[in-house]
Amino acid sequence: MITGFISAIGHRVISWVVYTGDVVVLAGETISSAFAHKIRWRLFMQQIVEIGLQSQLVVMITGAFTGAVFAAQTYFQFSKLGMGSAVGAVVSVSVCRELGPVLTALMVTGRVGASMSAEIGTMKVTEQIDALRALAVHPIDYLVVPRTLAMMVSMPLLVAECVGIGIVAGYFVAIHLLELNGTYYVANMVRWTQMRDIIMALTKAFCFALLIVFISCHKGLTSREGAVGVGRATTEAVVNASLAVLIFNFFLTMGLNIIFPAG
Amino acid sequence: MIEVRGLVKGIGRQEILRGIDLAVAKGETLVIIGRSGGGKSVLLKNLIGLMQPDAGEIWIDGENIIGLTERKLAAIRLKVGILFQGGALFDSMTVEENIAFPLHEGGERDPKKIGEKVREMLEVIELKGEEKKMPVNLSGGMKKRVGLARSIIRRPSCVLYDEPTAGLDPVVSDSINQLIRRLQKRFGVTSIVVTHDMKSAFHVADHIAYLHEGRIYFYGTPQELEISQDPLIQDFLLGRSER
Repeated sequence: MITGFISAIGHRVISWVVYTGDVVVLAGETISSAFAHKIRWRLFMQQIVEIGLQSQLVVMITGAFTGAVFAAQTYFQFSKLGMGSAVGAVVSVSVCRELGPVLTALMVTGRVGASMSAEIGTMKVTEQIDALRALAVHPIDYLVVPRTLAMMVSMPLLVAECVGIGIVAGYFVAIHLLELNGTYYVANMVRWTQMRDIIMALTKAFCFALLIVFISCHKGLTSREGAVGVGRATTEAVVNASLAVLIFNFFLTMGLNIIFPAG
Repeated sequence: MIEVRGLVKGIGRQEILRGIDLAVAKGETLVIIGRSGGGKSVLLKNLIGLMQPDAGEIWIDGENIIGLTERKLAAIRLKVGILFQGGALFDSMTVEENIAFPLHEGGERDPKKIGEKVREMLEVIELKGEEKKMPVNLSGGMKKRVGLARSIIRRPSCVLYDEPTAGLDPVVSDSINQLIRRLQKRFGVTSIVVTHDMKSAFHVADHIAYLHEGRIYFYGTPQELEISQDPLIQDFLLGRSER
């Protein structure tokens, strides 16, 4: 029984190492392809629309309600200590450093990552990827590179949008609903929110973009067994990318905090 | 033009191909027949590098393609087109876009030239007027014809057909057979057709190879196959299950 248990754990660990290695190889091939082969700008623009433009509503709602609820909760706790004027600073720094990048990444994973995995997976099981290869078109050049470039451009912009709307929504709730003093709110927010917080948000956005696109495309490219396989690949892509975002966020926070310590 | 030597391929623990030796001359049509699940499609996918064999050699125009990277195989794939069993059309593109795809990817930017070539192909496959349709709105036979147009628009010197008439009614099957013959005459293409449709095999073949238990059991002309007294071949030709 103990041998079986150890063997099962060992099997899982090996599978995980192999899977991580495969994703890293895909990332390497994509980067090399982006530099060495032609970039399909029309597909890139289509992906910008798919990823950037069509995620607007989701990201705006996420940013607005996160900023609003965070401002309210912070006010409820801080007002007991007579620190209501600090709400603006706390909301702004938190949304920049953590909530904006992470929640945007999770929403994009659910919307875009799932779609990438399902689309590429369906192409795989219906021999469309074999057709691409047979027509002398490398699937990484055609499918992965445009998506990767579009994610690298779109994610920082989406995170910036989420952060901006979150801060505005927090301001609206704090000033108009909770009747905090607007002057102190803004003064503290401006004082404590610095360029390093914005750089941290955009750096995280960029890293999460790569995680989501490589994990999702890899799951699509390795789909098997028809519709069931595509469904499974899509679910796994969303779960794996979401977990990767949350886990990487911790290490990014610790690493970036050394480079850009909180003020 | 195409030569296969000692090709071995297994999937999982099952040995599918156990040492295939074949040669197809330029401009010739070879039909590979055999029972379903016998490895015919696997053989075809090996020929174009979509699958890597476990052992053996595949020579195309004097170059052994075994061990070539995906990028190096691209040059070979420009010479060899393939018609997939289900057509494998890109479902987000119209008929016209599917047929024009290899031209766009080959760097052709002139819409006039692309339009002319697409129209020519639509004429060859007798699908004029259907260019704006999406693959989902096409019948099985139409999908195969569009898939064929897409694979030959760059004028490959060899075309591989994976079950070109499977699942089609006799009239559409006949039109596909005639199309294969027409392509051979008009463009002089070398063809390898995988099928278990004997009518189609006799219609298009210069030579026929019978694949049985992972090996080439018979190789000869359609006439030699027809007069063969081998019980296994007789069973296959007459559609008799094993006694």
